[in-house]
Amino acid sequence: MHPAFSVIFLTTLIGVGQGLFLALYSGQIYSMMKLLPAQNSQSFYALGSLLAVGFLLAGLFASFFHLGRPMRAWRSSSKWRTSWLSREVIILPTTMLLIAFYGVIHYFDWNQPLFILVETQAINLSLIIGTLAMLSTFALFICTSMIYASLKFLQEWYSPLTVINYILLGTASGFTLAAVFSVIVEADVVGFYVLWAIILTVTAFITRVATILRNHSITPKSNLQTAIGIRHTIITQKSQGFMCGSFNTREFFHHKSLTQIKAIKNIFLVLVFPIPILLLLVAASGLAPLYLAIAAFIVQYSGLLAERWYFFTEGKHPQNIYYQSVA
Amino acid sequence: MKQLALIIDLNVCVGCHACVTSCKEWNTSGWAGPMSDVNPYDANPTGTFFNRVQTFEIGTFPNTETVHFPKSCLHCEDPPCVPVCPTGASYKREADGIVLVDYDKCIGCKYCSWACPYGVREFDQKEKVMKKCTLCVDRIYDQTLPESERKPACVLACPTSARLFGDVHDPDSEVSQLIRENGGYQLMPEWGTNPSNHYLPRRKTHFKIHEDELLRVDNPLKKEGLLPEPPKDQQTLDDIYSSW
Repeated sequence: MHPAFSVIFLTTLIGVGQGLFLALYSGQIYSMMKLLPAQNSQSFYALGSLLAVGFLLAGLFASFFHLGRPMRAWRSSSKWRTSWLSREVIILPTTMLLIAFYGVIHYFDWNQPLFILVETQAINLSLIIGTLAMLSTFALFICTSMIYASLKFLQEWYSPLTVINYILLGTASGFTLAAVFSVIVEADVVGFYVLWAIILTVTAFITRVATILRNHSITPKSNLQTAIGIRHTIITQKSQGFMCGSFNTREFFHHKSLTQIKAIKNIFLVLVFPIPILLLLVAASGLAPLYLAIAAFIVQYSGLLAERWYFFTEGKHPQNIYYQSVA
Repeated sequence: MKQLALIIDLNVCVGCHACVTSCKEWNTSGWAGPMSDVNPYDANPTGTFFNRVQTFEIGTFPNTETVHFPKSCLHCEDPPCVPVCPTGASYKREADGIVLVDYDKCIGCKYCSWACPYGVREFDQKEKVMKKCTLCVDRIYDQTLPESERKPACVLACPTSARLFGDVHDPDSEVSQLIRENGGYQLMPEWGTNPSNHYLPRRKTHFKIHEDELLRVDNPLKKEGLLPEPPKDQQTLDDIYSSW
């Protein structure tokens, strides 16, 4: 498939925003369980939520460049019963609103316990909204990835691994950003976020490599014989009906050389996984933590752009069978 | 329930592209138009088409056959492009099974084209919406046209009658009979889309003649000549002695 930059930015940016929110929320849960020191509501949770909403907004902005008629985008929330894209269109603003509300609650410090659970655990508004936002964030990961994973003709994408990769790569980059953020605001939870960023990055590495291996050994279900219904082993295309390209040759082919694709694959495998892990480890050890953490995030995010680019070129659409020769 | 569809007979298609041009001519100025072009008279021309004719060569020289393959929306009975549409712009008509796009609702996200394994939807570069074959829905129900012309433009244009139009759910229709009797098949059946358009395969008429059918067993020439003379006292039914 043709890698469109609007969609590459959309999926990576909202992934970072979602991951950052999940990092903030898990930080709150950990401190509630007295596993981490409590953080300042305004400078940590409110500011962090603002940053997460900023990434989600940037992703939403990028998505409009994918549409031919962006002014009609509001219509796309109507078919949520059948379309994963429609579901994403609903869940993305919902998640943004919930995270924004979560930030607002923390900003105004509306953290008086609403009720006491099991006589020990105080439940406040930010926890309730945070939990809803967490569920919404996961729903958004599922909707975004199912847009691709539900297309059964694109066998490279039609796999639970697509969903797992979107969740893991998004949360990994979000936790890396959370580490940067906690260094900047001087919160004493850098180690926690660095640890989880590394765990998530390593897990994402395993599932992403598994996806590459799976896609190397896929047998295409369709071939020229089934495409035109002629049972003969030797069929060559003599004409595709036009000379200078059409939507069919622009949208479904990546028009990139195998060398370039291989290079992008190797680049993302290095940029997303080992380099950020090394940088985060050094940062956590106390050597120039700010610069190294920022570098880790920038390197990982640029790697994710390459990863998403590669993800699109990985998808081989069966309609390409009809367009193998111009003349 | 009615399901209108095209039947394309690969046995008689000569690859003249008349269906392509007449489709474009009718639809660009009709209900589904315009079908805009980019650089039509310049280098790298491209444009929107609902129908294409491709050519394939089967076999190796000298035992080859050329197959011209017209390709347009197959109006699947279970169209995968419809449920993925986020706005409901893509829909399948209940009354006659035609799959259509409502251009006023389409946001141009191209997701439906990803969900079609046949690649028969085209994004219009100027209109910025998704377009596809309408089975000439503005023509087949037009009461002002004579009955014989209420057919898709491509069907009327075909000089060899390689394109036929009808209701594939009616077992007595011409198209259903052709599918049944001439081995009509669907494209990419592995995806379960159940296309309504069917293709009729290349057919060769073979006539088996056995050796003994070339030589008459009862050849009167072989029987001619005198039969042995029967005994004089034998009674015969016919007047055999007349030949002696």
